[in-house]
Amino acid sequence: MIPNSFDYHRATSVDEAIRLMAQHGMDAKLLAGGHSLLPAMKLRLNQPGVLVDIGRLAELRYIKKEGDSLVIGAGATHDDIANSEVARNTLSMLSEAANLIGDVQVRNKGTLGGSLAHADPAADWPAVMIAAHAHIELRGPNGSRTVAADDFFTGFYMTALAEDEIITAIRIPAPPKGTHSSYQKFMQPASRFAIVGCAASVTKDGGVCQKVSVALTGLSDTAFRASNVEAALTGKKLTKENIAAAAQAAGEGVMAMGDHFASEEYRLHLAKVFAKRALMAAAE
Amino acid sequence: MAKKIQVTVNGKAYSHDVDPRTLLVQYLRDVLGLTGTHVGCDTSNCGACTILVDGQAVKSCTLLAVQADGSEVKTIEGMADNGTLHPLQEGFREEHGLQCGFCTPGMIMASADLLERNPNPTEHEIREALEGNFCRCTGYHNIVKSVQYAAKKISKQEKVA
Ligand SMILES: Cc1cc2nc3c(=O)[nH]c(=O)nc-3n(C[C@H](O)[C@H](O)[C@H](O)COP(=O)(O)OP(=O)(O)OC[C@H]3O[C@@H](n4cnc5c(N)ncnc54)[C@H](O)[C@@H]3O)c2cc1C
Ligand code: FES
Ligand code: FES
Repeated sequence: MIPNSFDYHRATSVDEAIRLMAQHGMDAKLLAGGHSLLPAMKLRLNQPGVLVDIGRLAELRYIKKEGDSLVIGAGATHDDIANSEVARNTLSMLSEAANLIGDVQVRNKGTLGGSLAHADPAADWPAVMIAAHAHIELRGPNGSRTVAADDFFTGFYMTALAEDEIITAIRIPAPPKGTHSSYQKFMQPASRFAIVGCAASVTKDGGVCQKVSVALTGLSDTAFRASNVEAALTGKKLTKENIAAAAQAAGEGVMAMGDHFASEEYRLHLAKVFAKRALMAAAE
Repeated sequence: MAKKIQVTVNGKAYSHDVDPRTLLVQYLRDVLGLTGTHVGCDTSNCGACTILVDGQAVKSCTLLAVQADGSEVKTIEGMADNGTLHPLQEGFREEHGLQCGFCTPGMIMASADLLERNPNPTEHEIREALEGNFCRCTGYHNIVKSVQYAAKKISKQEKVA
């Protein structure tokens, strides 16, 4: 399968990429790892006239501490994150999620920025970034702005990103002392995308849940924060019973997707199971 | 509009004008005649097209040739050294790691990425590293043994050297 014809430009800097995107307008698309875009182009679901390749930009490919925050460049690959000590030490769900994406070959090419921009309803990173209280840094012809992960995913393959903007980095605030996290997913056995995935981070003090952050993916048109689960667990003792009870709220009131592989009812059931597993693992 | 690319494939430098929509696997097979890299699914799933680009295993059906401009590419044809099989190739022969052989080039290139990162993988680690590679014949068991054979042989060679 061969994509439609297009012109190809390899940007040598983020600024040049922004210029090229502005110049070519609606017809242009950014190309990072290409592991969502190229399959879609081969199926002609997407037919951009111009590709602006940002896949080789070293200025987008890093993982570092900045003050108390962890900052991940949009061009960091899933494999970079899977192997990053600082990422693991900040929130272990980052390396857990990275390691569960696709396979080695996919992780070697696919990037964090590409995954967030693509906003596949079954992607792993959106849930992890919501649970991590991440901020997504965007740059366009009119300057930079930051959007909270909570507000970034607006619908089915839709985000707060404007046509002419680039995700440059993802900033994750240092979690409070006593925080542990986990990402658990039930994967589609062929594609390895999430049927349901749950990211949870728990801040514990003397066996009591001080703070909890939970997000789900795969369930509906976009990843979302499971506020009702958080409310049910905050301030409670982190017993198996309390966690199981709070996890029952996962997926409540959500319009779940169904397909030939997993029905709506099954997905809603899995949401509870995987919320419980992620919370149990994070509370350990 | 054709684009000029320069790539090093199995140690040899090439320069060609390519249509930007040319997939890297097409470039290898149709332009360079390196047909050892196979196309199984053409949908990024089966791993038959796996090659190394700058040392990392990637699926060449999901990469444009223009993306590889400036890169070092290694395919199955570059594994043997002057007629001496690479330990992975030898392992697949000795341990019956192939039947029809269609998946084998991709299996070997994905395994090469694994052994580069982790020269002494456990059985579980080998199975995980080959998750992106499908085999319709062998049931994977002998493929795992083949990789173990190669890991052993490489570590012995390194001790001698
Ligand atoms: C076989 C296979 C299995 C997979 N399994 C999983 C899985 O289990 N879980 C999972 O979450 N994902 C999975 N993926 C998707 C994979 O993670 C993709 O790599 C990722 O979704 C997109 O990243 P990319 O760098 O390849 O982006 P690209 O494909 O290059 O781009 C995707 C979209 O994002 C835009 N874009 C890219 N970078 C930026 C940027 N910095 N700023 C703004 N826009 C940008 C592009 O214009 C395009 O619209 C799988 C993919 C394949 C092929
Ligand atoms: S042909 Fe590339 S993954 Fe199957
Ligand atoms: S040997 Fe036939 S597909 Fe693997």
